Amino acid sequence: MSGDHPSSVISARVRHVEALLESRGLLDEGEIDGRIDEFLAGGSPANGARITARAWVDPGFAERLLADANEAIREVGLSMAGGLQEQRLKVVANTADEHNVVVCTLCSCYPIALLGPSPGWYKSEAYRSRVVRDPRGVLREFGLELPETTRISVWDASAESRYMVVPRRPEGTEGLSEEQLAALVTRKGLIGTAAV
Amino acid sequence: MSRINDVGGMAGFPAIAEEPDEPPFHADWEAHVFALNGALIKRGVYNLDEFRDAIERMPPEEYLAASYYERWITAITTLLAEKGVASPDELDVPHD
Repeated sequence: MSGDHPSSVISARVRHVEALLESRGLLDEGEIDGRIDEFLAGGSPANGARITARAWVDPGFAERLLADANEAIREVGLSMAGGLQEQRLKVVANTADEHNVVVCTLCSCYPIALLGPSPGWYKSEAYRSRVVRDPRGVLREFGLELPETTRISVWDASAESRYMVVPRRPEGTEGLSEEQLAALVTRKGLIGTAAV
Repeated sequence: MSRINDVGGMAGFPAIAEEPDEPPFHADWEAHVFALNGALIKRGVYNLDEFRDAIERMPPEEYLAASYYERWITAITTLLAEKGVASPDELDVPHD
């Protein structure tokens, strides 16, 4: 990340604005700390991993998930409503012929309420500018070499619409439980910059 | 005309840097800015679209020089001034 200002300067600026807003009655004491705790206890890639594992073991769920993710994730006790407003979630699944990858070229739109904070690289100009022009090259930088025959679809998120990728189920995992399968899934897999 | 935030397909940016074991926030103030924005939107001081717009109309050189959450605090103070919550002078850290 760029940024030339020393942390102490900007930290003082943030404290000043907070104190000003408290004095004007626009912030309650302890409100900020409460919101931070709530956020950190909220969304997590583990939610996406659970959804993925269920989709791998239950084809009916997978079908409902791809058709209407907002509805389907309620079946596993999750929702997109945890943030400032409920956003539409579209889930796309990788296949032998097609790989999906998610970006927000304009800013940093990401299913935060479901998956927690996005990684720094997702928010970087480098990723946002390049993945739409050269997805194969960018995926290679992440160590993901796809066959030339695999089609790559890039999904550009917006203020109202967020995306999540369901990676392909790795071979040799037939004997694993749903919980064990979920443990294989990474945040990068859910964005599409890793195979799983 | 597109704004500076509209970088999709733009050439000239460097390789993507991944940070192993990246924390959700890199400093306390980042977490505070994140929470402050949520609190102000919830109170209806401004809405999410106004917030994004305030980031996206930053002068290009400032936008590119700022870190992610520096853009947020810039947008927050811009909107607080524009909405008449506080004057730009009041929003500035006082100098001794």
